[in-house]
Amino acid sequence: MYSYSDFDEAFVRSRVAQFTNQVERRLDGSLTEDEFRPLRLMNGLYLQLHAYMLRIAIPYGTLAPRQMRQLAYIADTWDKGYGHFTTRQNIQFNWPKLPDVPAILKALADVEMHAIQTSGNTVRNVTADHFAGAAADEIADPRPYAELLRQWSTDHPEFQFLPRKFKIAITGSPNDRAVTKAHDIGLRMVRNAAGQPGFEVIVGGGLGRTPMIGMTVRDFLPEADLLPYVEAVLSVYNTLGRRDNKYKARIKITLHETGKDEITRMVEAEFARLRPLFGGNDQKLLADIREAFAPPAFRDAPVDAYDSFYKADPVFRAWADTNLARHRNDQYAIVTISLKAHGQTPGDATSDQMRLLADLAETYGHSDLRISHEQNVILPHVHKSDLPVLHAALVKAGLGTANVGLLSDIIACPGMDYCALATARSIPVAQELAAHFEALKLEHEIGPLKIKISGCINACGHHHVGHIGILGLDRAGVENYQITLGGDGSEDAVIGEKTGPGFAYTEIVPAIERILRAYIDLRTEPTETFLHAFRRVGMEPFKAALYGSEGEKDAA
Amino acid sequence: MSRRFTPKIVTANRLREGDVVYLTADDRWSALHHEAELIEDEAHAQMRLLHAAAQKLLVVGAYLADAKAGPNGPEPTHFREEFRTRGPSNYHHGKQADLAS
Repeated sequence: MYSYSDFDEAFVRSRVAQFTNQVERRLDGSLTEDEFRPLRLMNGLYLQLHAYMLRIAIPYGTLAPRQMRQLAYIADTWDKGYGHFTTRQNIQFNWPKLPDVPAILKALADVEMHAIQTSGNTVRNVTADHFAGAAADEIADPRPYAELLRQWSTDHPEFQFLPRKFKIAITGSPNDRAVTKAHDIGLRMVRNAAGQPGFEVIVGGGLGRTPMIGMTVRDFLPEADLLPYVEAVLSVYNTLGRRDNKYKARIKITLHETGKDEITRMVEAEFARLRPLFGGNDQKLLADIREAFAPPAFRDAPVDAYDSFYKADPVFRAWADTNLARHRNDQYAIVTISLKAHGQTPGDATSDQMRLLADLAETYGHSDLRISHEQNVILPHVHKSDLPVLHAALVKAGLGTANVGLLSDIIACPGMDYCALATARSIPVAQELAAHFEALKLEHEIGPLKIKISGCINACGHHHVGHIGILGLDRAGVENYQITLGGDGSEDAVIGEKTGPGFAYTEIVPAIERILRAYIDLRTEPTETFLHAFRRVGMEPFKAALYGSEGEKDAA
Repeated sequence: MSRRFTPKIVTANRLREGDVVYLTADDRWSALHHEAELIEDEAHAQMRLLHAAAQKLLVVGAYLADAKAGPNGPEPTHFREEFRTRGPSNYHHGKQADLAS
């Protein structure tokens, strides 16, 4: 795992000292709120509905056990004993008090963490495939590149006041688990004809009020050209991007207003100018960073215990079937620990759970933890012989839910239970959906399904790319939920289609049930997933199930 | 004829704690919505909002929110403001817990 250099350490410490002073000046009245607000946002501190919220970056979703323990300590000392993992591989604390925030940031700096650039019109936390360095289908670990991008973008003087926020996602696998096509820049590792690794560069994806799938501006970018090329994209965006209208300020709009060909031409011209200025130090740095991400010393041991336990214990088997993914080492598995126990808040972990996860990572997982954008925790390297005892420990702590990739593995933004921007609640909708289908025992029959819920049009809950997306709106002073179907956040990314009129808070769970019962009735066989069935039959059967014969008329 | 003014209350968050508070008629900041001053006149509402915004060491983000008269004092009319009177729905945190203790 990457450790801070002296430079990183000094930078983060100086920012803590700077913000500590700014908080003091706000509290003694030397700074007005108008002056202080941009300063606190630069340090990830928001004011939400009921309290402040501190958003802390977990770069490329990677955490060491001591960092997880420190998050637990922060939760217990200055918050309410839990944290919320987000769709951007961040963690949010919902109840910090302003005078305590400097101490929290200092505690974070003690474990090489910070909240810098988790807000504002800057390059935000660079997200990555949560199976990085472990996935069987991976070309190369994307995290060294993500760390290089983190260092380059942190406090980059040219990119501190972009037209709007800027999100970069990177995956080292052709199978996209990082939703790269819905980011301002998506980097997807591919090989060229000569077999060398490089990146497909996707620009202008994004969800929010104008959802768009990104466009490929380079089919193959040699890895040595990564930084100058990304800098060229940002530089062109920084010049062209609109600052007159917040809703037209993201690069996706710039791309559409300028045209893909013209933007590509400008990026390539800027790249040609910048490329010679990168004298190779970035590559030296990348080589150093790469060493920090060397694979762990994998154990060579029999896996019979796993095989016999798998055959003997149905509870373990159910968990193994849903929560394990293929590791590049056959003796190992990638374990997804669900933070979606039925009826609980998606993405929340108590401080006790965090400490247990840290312990388990140390004992069974080569001291590596990941946070996924789907709001779960990953142990990327677990020897199969350790899985039965790991599973038992998880079950004891309420972390053994066998639902990864199923209906109740729901992404939900904080919604109007916390967020000042929200137009409706999303957490209780997720809780009720999961509890309802658990009671019906339908989840396993329905099979693979991604439900994603956002509490406003900004789409933090990625609803546009949910197989079933739910968007909470305020319709004449009442919560109303719009449904989209057929979205997909994978390498075949698609924006979901609206079904028609929305549903009231009390109507949304029954509406989803109608959709899913229709799916069970119309699928050709149980292995035809919801998404495949939707692609085959289209919207109409689901509209009929949702709205009955009145559907056509109301949908107009 | 001009449109009738919808009654308002002044609400904000405490600077230090972030807690939701309401401006009372006697210039206190109360945690209770029903203790807020229900303002029925637009000019008076603007005066009260200015008064609130001037208290830079006590509160942040003061704004006028729609409200209506109730048996025990002003009540919120919009669900957002109703949520702000009690806290999140997924945990017993915020006002619903603080005011009960």
